[in-house]
Amino acid sequence: MSNVINVKDMCLWYGEHQAIKNVNIEIPEKSITAFIGPSGCGKSTFLKTLNRMNDLIPGVKITGDIRYEGTDIFAKDIDVNNLRKEIGMVFQKPNPFPMSIYDNIAYGPRTHGITKKTELDEIVENSLKRAAIWDEVKDRLKKNALGLSGGQQQRLCIARALAVDPKVLLMDEPTSALDPISTSRIEELVLDLKETYTIVMVTHNMQQAVRVSDYTAFFLLGELVEFGRTEDIFSQPQDKRTEDYITGRFG
Amino acid sequence: MKKNQLMEKVIHGIFLVLGLITVGCVLLITIYLVISGIPAIREIGLVDFLFGKQWASTATEPKYGILPFILTSIYGTAGAIVIGVPVGFMTAVYLSKMASPKVKSVIQSAVSLLAGIPSVVYGLVGMLVLVPGIRKIFNVPDGASLLAAIIVLAIMILPSIIKMSITALDAVPKEYEDASLALGATPIETYFRVSVPAAKSGIAAAVVLGVGRAIGEAMAVMMVAGNVPNMPDSLFQSVRFLTTAVSSEMAYSSGLQRQALFSIALVLFMFIMLTGATLNFFLKRERE
Repeated sequence: MSNVINVKDMCLWYGEHQAIKNVNIEIPEKSITAFIGPSGCGKSTFLKTLNRMNDLIPGVKITGDIRYEGTDIFAKDIDVNNLRKEIGMVFQKPNPFPMSIYDNIAYGPRTHGITKKTELDEIVENSLKRAAIWDEVKDRLKKNALGLSGGQQQRLCIARALAVDPKVLLMDEPTSALDPISTSRIEELVLDLKETYTIVMVTHNMQQAVRVSDYTAFFLLGELVEFGRTEDIFSQPQDKRTEDYITGRFG
Repeated sequence: MKKNQLMEKVIHGIFLVLGLITVGCVLLITIYLVISGIPAIREIGLVDFLFGKQWASTATEPKYGILPFILTSIYGTAGAIVIGVPVGFMTAVYLSKMASPKVKSVIQSAVSLLAGIPSVVYGLVGMLVLVPGIRKIFNVPDGASLLAAIIVLAIMILPSIIKMSITALDAVPKEYEDASLALGATPIETYFRVSVPAAKSGIAAAVVLGVGRAIGEAMAVMMVAGNVPNMPDSLFQSVRFLTTAVSSEMAYSSGLQRQALFSIALVLFMFIMLTGATLNFFLKRERE
């Protein structure tokens, strides 16, 4: 299996504070990679570096090499907007735009130049279907998305991310604001999606990592402590710190 | 215990009375304006008063038509909005979303300063700079005109439009913008397709506030508009606004003329009430 994202010796500073220290990781294609670790360990920061969302924060400095399908994502001639189209993102808190369900999904495609109504209709329908929310919303596509429940909103956000046809989907604790039933629906959905997409997911919930992920990376204090197949990480961790964390001794 | 409760009630009562003072003032002004504004309208006739094209209050056969003032106020306000809103709105977008903190603080203090300048100073500068400027640039006999008033008003409404729009734009949750950027939209696209629509009722309220300010302004427009009761047929016509119609004749008026001035004030009051109601409507929608 090939790797979609290769990271070499990546460090990140917020001003003087070094938030990520020398991370090396290779993210395998069409699989789910979970990032686990205690709060403030840098896992979300690292995730946001992969689609360059950290660029927006003043005072951030990044060194090292990150390649997406072989191209350096920090190269001068890279089109950040195109990179973000390829590497989609789902946020911790469901954040649909305050507009109709249809317009939420159509937002991305329209941004990238699709204006034909029939084409948009098709994208909207397909995206909502792939995010397993079509049946719930098909009769109210023109209604405001903020009227949906939290779980529905999050699936809508996933559908919105899928609408621009990304290859990678970054998910930053996508279920941490949701109830258990909505959480399990999202988890099922994520398992379906890995047939088509490479998924990288930050999670606070170790059971979730075990349930859905193929690979797990354990972060601690800005360092990538251990990375490997999920079953290996949780059954026979190589590092003492990983073991302490997954057995609940801290975190 | 009982004494405490009594105290609470007394204080509650005092605050209520203080609050009612404002309401009382509004009521008093309204009632006074209606009572003193009606007689002249009765005598002149509502249609002749509102739609009469000629105002000649001191002629031997006086004419009390205020259409020139109404149209001037409407055109003047509309013109100020047409110029002031795009400038103010773009400034707000820039300050709220793009400017570095340093630039933002410099421009914002300039905006606050602009808001604090007395209108007579606007009038003075308009008279000394704008009026001769218009005369020279457009080669017209007199620069004191509707155009000069529009430009002064446009500048005067900038601070309210900028401040209200910034408040509305700053209140847009960052999550919306992040979502848009993460979909590959550029920052500019994000501001105009996500932030601005999300702030639209606040921005609409800013526009209405600007309308209210422009329509109620008297001193500055009196100084630059020429203050002649002409129909506003062209931008270079010397004109008189509703506000200045009242203030320029009040000192020496008497009889029906004086009553007619009160009626003008009543019409102006209606306009202001209308903008106020519109503003409330938008602000209420914003909260929902």
